[in-house]
Amino acid sequence: MKSMLAAFVVIALIAVGANLILGNAGFSSQERSTSAAVRLDN
Amino acid sequence: MFRQLLVLLFSVFLVSSAFAQEQPAPTPDRSATGGAQTLEDILARQRGEEIDNGFRSDATGNPEGAADLSGQLGTLGGVSDAEMWRGLRFNEADVTASNNGPGATILVQDGGMRWLTFREGPLATYGSYLLLATLGALLLFFLARGRIRIDGEKTGRRIERFKAIERFGHWLLAGSFILLGITGLISLLGRKLLIPAFGHESFAFIAGASKWVHNNVSWAFIVGLVMIFVMWVLHNLPDRTDVKWLLKGGGIFTKSHPPAKKFNAGQKLIFWSVIILGGSIAASGLALLFPFELNMFAATFAKMNSFGISGILGLGELPTELSPHEEMQFAQLWHAIVSFILMAIILAHIYIGSVGMEGAYDAMGSGQVEEQWAREHHSLWVDEVKAKEGNAPEGATPAE
Repeated sequence: MKSMLAAFVVIALIAVGANLILGNAGFSSQERSTSAAVRLDN
Repeated sequence: MFRQLLVLLFSVFLVSSAFAQEQPAPTPDRSATGGAQTLEDILARQRGEEIDNGFRSDATGNPEGAADLSGQLGTLGGVSDAEMWRGLRFNEADVTASNNGPGATILVQDGGMRWLTFREGPLATYGSYLLLATLGALLLFFLARGRIRIDGEKTGRRIERFKAIERFGHWLLAGSFILLGITGLISLLGRKLLIPAFGHESFAFIAGASKWVHNNVSWAFIVGLVMIFVMWVLHNLPDRTDVKWLLKGGGIFTKSHPPAKKFNAGQKLIFWSVIILGGSIAASGLALLFPFELNMFAATFAKMNSFGISGILGLGELPTELSPHEEMQFAQLWHAIVSFILMAIILAHIYIGSVGMEGAYDAMGSGQVEEQWAREHHSLWVDEVKAKEGNAPEGATPAE
């Protein structure tokens, strides 16, 4: 049972971690699909 | 005399001002507008000044005055508008776009309709039927066969079937798969099933959250898949006992217990289904997660054509040149088709591992199974465990 709960916690951690890492590493769809001429945040 | 002098002066003033108005205005510099009227022209007209409109009235189709064909403002020359649109339609036009990526310059993509109609039609319909039919078959099986009980008398002794790390890997894969399955179904069927039930605004939130979960939980699934493969592949290599087990149908209908090692042939089929189908889902999922980066289908289709596989399957000659969007569309369809098949298999696996068989859940719950259960379902494995225990060095204490 402990293994199962630990696995579920790790799933959540991996999901949050993957989102942070890919977002910060420039893999957001915004960064991947726009050039310098596109200003989405300004 | 003085009055006459005033009239004379006034007349001279009027004549001179009228004369001044008749002076032609200097020709303005119109290079900035390519010869079209400038702001100065407009302001002069508003001041009531007389404008020489020759620069406009003469520019009504004189070929001598047209911009060069190759120039930025050049005309289409011998090319018609219809041909330009055909160029866009067939992806032959020279398009520049301010967003990146191979898909950015493709403005018309006719493969999209085939994908959309297949996704909304046969994929969603037959995929749903498959899952419902599986649930129905499991319910019928449960009603017909009931719960598979431990036949012999329970010993009260327990054997460790799966270590903590094995159970962790299993639940990492299982938990992520269930989340991915539910969120994947929301993505595919949500518009049809959830919008009528919850409305557009609620569904927008559900769909957004579902997409976030699906994209990010996918990594846990991949990690779990690798863990399971590494830990269990040696136990899942096919051998002679599998043939006997399969010939007896696993003893499900005859209520017998064909011998099996750590994993019986049924479990091996589940294992290889998870590895192969799960691996394929992971690969197509990565292609969807990083759009246009991993194009696999044109190359796969070319191989299928050259080996004659597409002909055997009755698919004819498959296209080997796909637009970037089509690559993504095939990835999405494949991802969903294989996922539906794996979901159906896993529903059966969940059934037999929980309500379907007494004592089965303990293997993944506590990791400790009833010895009698193990003898009935995995007799050869129990012999191996007992033989190892017998060979344990004297004085060895079990790790607790």
